[in-house]
Amino acid sequence: MYNIEKPELKETRQGFADALVELGKELPELVVLGGDVTGSVKTNLFRDAYPDRFISVGIAEQDMIGTAAGLALAGKIPVASTYGEFATGRPFDQIRQSVAYAEMNVKICASHCGITVGPDGATHQSFEDVGIMRILPNMTVLTPCDYNETYNAVKTAIKSKGPFYVRFYREKSPNFTDIKKEFKIGKADTLIEGNDVTLLASGLLVWEAIVASEMLKKDGVSARVVNVNTIKPIDKETIIKCAQETDLIITCEDHQWQCGLFGAVAEVVSLYHPVKMDYIAIDDTFGESGIIFSELMSKYKIDRTAIYNKVKSHLKK
Amino acid sequence: MSTNPLLNTPEELDEMSRQIRRDIINMLAISQTGHSGGPLGMADIFTAMYFNKLNIDNTDLDKEDRDYFFLSIGHIAPVWYATLARRGFMEIDELKTLRKINGRLQGHPASPKGHGAPGVEIASGSLGQGLSIAVGMAIGLRMDGRKNHVYCINGDGELQEGQIWEAVMTAAHHNVDNLTMIVDRNHCQIDNRTENVLKLEPLPDKFIAFGWNVLEMDGHNMQDILDTIEKAKAFKGKPTVIIAETFMGKGVSFMEDNYKWHGVPPSVEQALVALSELAPTKYGDFHEIKEKAEA
Repeated sequence: MYNIEKPELKETRQGFADALVELGKELPELVVLGGDVTGSVKTNLFRDAYPDRFISVGIAEQDMIGTAAGLALAGKIPVASTYGEFATGRPFDQIRQSVAYAEMNVKICASHCGITVGPDGATHQSFEDVGIMRILPNMTVLTPCDYNETYNAVKTAIKSKGPFYVRFYREKSPNFTDIKKEFKIGKADTLIEGNDVTLLASGLLVWEAIVASEMLKKDGVSARVVNVNTIKPIDKETIIKCAQETDLIITCEDHQWQCGLFGAVAEVVSLYHPVKMDYIAIDDTFGESGIIFSELMSKYKIDRTAIYNKVKSHLKK
Repeated sequence: MSTNPLLNTPEELDEMSRQIRRDIINMLAISQTGHSGGPLGMADIFTAMYFNKLNIDNTDLDKEDRDYFFLSIGHIAPVWYATLARRGFMEIDELKTLRKINGRLQGHPASPKGHGAPGVEIASGSLGQGLSIAVGMAIGLRMDGRKNHVYCINGDGELQEGQIWEAVMTAAHHNVDNLTMIVDRNHCQIDNRTENVLKLEPLPDKFIAFGWNVLEMDGHNMQDILDTIEKAKAFKGKPTVIIAETFMGKGVSFMEDNYKWHGVPPSVEQALVALSELAPTKYGDFHEIKEKAEA
């Protein structure tokens, strides 16, 4: 089903940029704020296509969020974009008060999230962004897994009302979802069926979970893979079903384990159908530089091998 | 709900602002929580805005060309609520619900979409955020070729927040001239006088250096307030800031120019003294304070 050996590689940030340029045609109220790193997050493509609807605010993330809230009040659909850490950590208070509490129609679209911003090191590696966004009331948190899904998630976020946080990446990664598949907020996507263990994965780790599932299949282990592309609202129904049908749930994410996908899933599982859980995630630590992000994924044990080993260790017990 | 008509003369406006000061004292005396100093100090400017300058109608907030008013210093909410009530945005009796549970008059303003008061555009309370929002709104209106004017009230202590200066740069960079920022320059903040906590002067020079048009006014002289706001609106090509010299606690002798009245309400006894210094008006009070605190 999936081309495990040679998947097509594409940047998720390009999916974001392509969706913006595409929607710019049909939505005259769509505006984009630039926080200087427009080439990196690719909002320069929107700027070049619609210069009158691009607002440069400089390296000032707090002001960018506030300005976006004001633009939303004026009836615009503002998209604020920068690196994940600077889109969430720096202006957290502004997002809390001027966007989430105020229920403003602001779309915070963050590139360079998680581990793929490898060479830049720990200061730029956002491992906390999903956690601090999902604890905010009124906020919807989307974590698409590839170019196609990012393209669709951004389109859905822009066309939906209210505050959104959309998380994506810098580097090229396998592009394997169906571009024609509409993004459904709060609906996790079962990619591979399985009965022994459920791998609930988000973002970059979805592909790793698919590959790990194939590796496990060769050992006779049937690993279900579910793409949890919305962290908030979390898909309770699917998670409960997985808990009922497999005795073990392992979450997979490139984010701190406490507050991201594992946290969100554990809240549901513990409330509705407790089963054994474990995680593949950043384990309460900061990152570091690494030229190729796959090296970092291996070192921080958030890749296919780590998933495979984790499942095997549980099944041996 | 009746809408009070606009007031034209400084004398009429002064009488309304005195009533709003009486309302503030009554609200705080009833709730026994909230900020006294800032609201009293801004009563004249709020009155001038809502009863003369702002193109805003409580019965039609969707009006295409209406003005927008932002309060970045959410803690002076009592003066806003009293002004909005006197202008007909809500029943005057609602002022009794300040900071009380299940009410719309939150301690710091909430967006009306949530559970806030009518006439509020967006939540404020955490300082430094209002100007960015006002700039965004002004840019958005300008993009659509709309002629509305945007006002933003900021505190002087609030200018210590870095985000303010980010927004000041953004407004200057984009020549946002459909915006007037009004700084409540009362020289006081909760801890002490501003110049003792973190120096703001030379304040006009800072705005000039950032590319703004700077006006100064006496925030308690109604004619000066009306003239300066008009002048600010007429100025084109740059954003304008009005530095309004005010006194915290204005109108109540024992509160005036005293930073210790930033964040506390008067006791019932103190409220009665305050009211004795603010002559009653033809508008009448919404509440009569009894000698003892009410349950």
